[in-house]
Amino acid sequence: MKEFKILAIIAALVGITYYGIEPYAHHVMHPEVKAADFTFKDLKNVDTSLAGNTENGKALVEANCIACHAIETAGHPALMPNADAAASYGVVPPDLSQAGRMYDKNYLANFIFDPVSAMKLSHKYPVGGAKAFPMPAYNWMTPQEIMDVVSYLQSVAPKVAEKDVNKVTFDAACGRCHSMSYAKFEATTPKDAIKAYMGATPPDLSQYIKSRKEHYLHGFINDPQLLLAGTSMPRVGLNEKAQEEVIAYMEEVGDSKKSERESVGLWVMLYTLVFAILAYLWKRKIWSEVH
Amino acid sequence: MAEFKQADSLYEWFDQRLGIDKFVKVMMTEYWIPKNINFLWAMGVLLTVMFTLLVVSGIFLLMYYKPDVAAAFDSVNYTIMQEVGYGWLFRHIHAVGASVVFLIIYIHMFTGIYYGSYKKGREMIWISGMLLFVLFSAEGFSGYMLPWGQMSYWAAYVITEIFGGIPLIGGDLVVWIRGNFYVSDSTLTRFFMLHVLLIPLAIIGAIVVHFYALRFPHVNNEAGEFFDFDEEAEKYLAGDKKNSKVVPFWPVFLSKDFFVLGFFLLFFFYLVFFHYDFAMDPVNFDKADGLKTPAHIYPEWYFLWSYEVLRGFFFEIAGISGKSLGLIAFAIANAIFFVMPWLDRSPMVKPANQRPYFKYWFWFLIADLIVLTVYGKLPPTGANAWVGFASSMTFLVLFVALPFITKAEAKKVGGK
Repeated sequence: MKEFKILAIIAALVGITYYGIEPYAHHVMHPEVKAADFTFKDLKNVDTSLAGNTENGKALVEANCIACHAIETAGHPALMPNADAAASYGVVPPDLSQAGRMYDKNYLANFIFDPVSAMKLSHKYPVGGAKAFPMPAYNWMTPQEIMDVVSYLQSVAPKVAEKDVNKVTFDAACGRCHSMSYAKFEATTPKDAIKAYMGATPPDLSQYIKSRKEHYLHGFINDPQLLLAGTSMPRVGLNEKAQEEVIAYMEEVGDSKKSERESVGLWVMLYTLVFAILAYLWKRKIWSEVH
Repeated sequence: MAEFKQADSLYEWFDQRLGIDKFVKVMMTEYWIPKNINFLWAMGVLLTVMFTLLVVSGIFLLMYYKPDVAAAFDSVNYTIMQEVGYGWLFRHIHAVGASVVFLIIYIHMFTGIYYGSYKKGREMIWISGMLLFVLFSAEGFSGYMLPWGQMSYWAAYVITEIFGGIPLIGGDLVVWIRGNFYVSDSTLTRFFMLHVLLIPLAIIGAIVVHFYALRFPHVNNEAGEFFDFDEEAEKYLAGDKKNSKVVPFWPVFLSKDFFVLGFFLLFFFYLVFFHYDFAMDPVNFDKADGLKTPAHIYPEWYFLWSYEVLRGFFFEIAGISGKSLGLIAFAIANAIFFVMPWLDRSPMVKPANQRPYFKYWFWFLIADLIVLTVYGKLPPTGANAWVGFASSMTFLVLFVALPFITKAEAKKVGGK
């Protein structure tokens, strides 16, 4: 009984200390991460309840978008190699094949209307400032036209096989700026170009699942300015499913042994439990002779 | 040379040459330990097991680790954690083990203080144990640098910078320790050497001394009772096991230790596989960058109390800068436990709860160390800075007061 009392005292002291240096200290040092808003409700320039006309959208996209953007799945290949595209625009313009699948509809419509406000980058590209975002605002289009474009982009987005989807989404959503060296993936925009474009080399994301953790990544990707005010990382506008795919991919690459760790862990603990029980029985037997 | 008769068995052949029989008796079956003990007496064996786990996992890590600033981070986080079969397991055991070993060291150490196991002939056990604490601290600090993450780099920067506060030689000393004007490749490589060679050798040596030091004064017991070990051992050997106050190390003492070890390992492996963030700080999964200071720099949890004593003095007192005061206090904090046997002026060897004044001192100290540890991690701003100052002062005052408190206690109990 006395030994249980000693154990309880030690457990209490260790518990208090642990609470202070882990949960409590984290709470003090790190800002609270708000739940991600996947409806992007602050964006209200386009009435997204309008039903888009895919045919008209196709015509609009072919007239307005493919001069810069590739859309591989619709038969529009990239017009120039990545290095040249980066030299021309600052950053490689995205292939729009996945856009209709990855981006939230409201975000995508408002992005077309005004990219800078949708990305929350007006501190970097102020109206009338020296630098302009490479894509112009299509605020001259009617809401109906914008919704037509969105509808077309959704229609050309391919169904990606389950086993590839995490990587495909990551590459399309993050891979123009961020490398992932542990997956032997290099950002499509060349290093020097992206550094000049962003102001600093965007970090390699190989270990971000461990250094930032899933919870923070969810909040950060959804709205970078909330957690790191002034960052040049744009709000990407991924819908919930696409964001989960991105984070799942970061975990596949950054913590590739997770499932092995968890299954081996259970076996090791089971083995140790059997050892502990046997050791207890042996101790009882041995000590019965001396007490 | 002694005359050897023909050995009848392989065992006898070895016994003739190595004295196995006698060795086993001296080390195991006739090494006597008091019977009146609780599970806190198992911490020594737990520490031996933990040290073994650290050495073995360290050997495996050593096969793939690269002590070079360009390669270190990826050799740990990619090669070891992802490419090498079960490399992650060895790294987790090593990293979590390094943290948990300090938890057990602290329990071991404060068990010693609580039961008064550092005095009346046990001084050398205590001093060799404190030496082990210092060596383990150096081992922990040097090892933490090796993954070359942000916290590795900045903790190395801050801690080596501390030596700069030493008068006259400070500036040169920092450069000498780092092997450069800043924390760099030469720093990493030399701390690698310290971590895998020099300090482990010293630790092994100190463990031998620590174990040897137990032989003459013997292990203390739960009541702090002094008795004749030879007499009690004879009783035991004569078959009066129940009335003897001692038990042999093997199998009796170890059977209890294995039982405690089993449940401890269950806790340990839970941490290794499922709850390792406290020992593997997320910040350290960002590669070291000397141009990007992390928002919060803090050492591992087991250094927090002394780190807080260091930064507790943040303002000038009597013309001495806060930095110098902190450094002095830090030096005292790290050395003061060594002289515990001489600061305690009371002859009582009893559990603290049976000592009229010492019990208050003990629990005050524990409470103060917890406050120091928690505030050692929090940002030292606003009220936190004052809590740090007050708890640092409390720490120093406790040790200044100890001789007086225990002297008064000695008077009260009349030399018992």
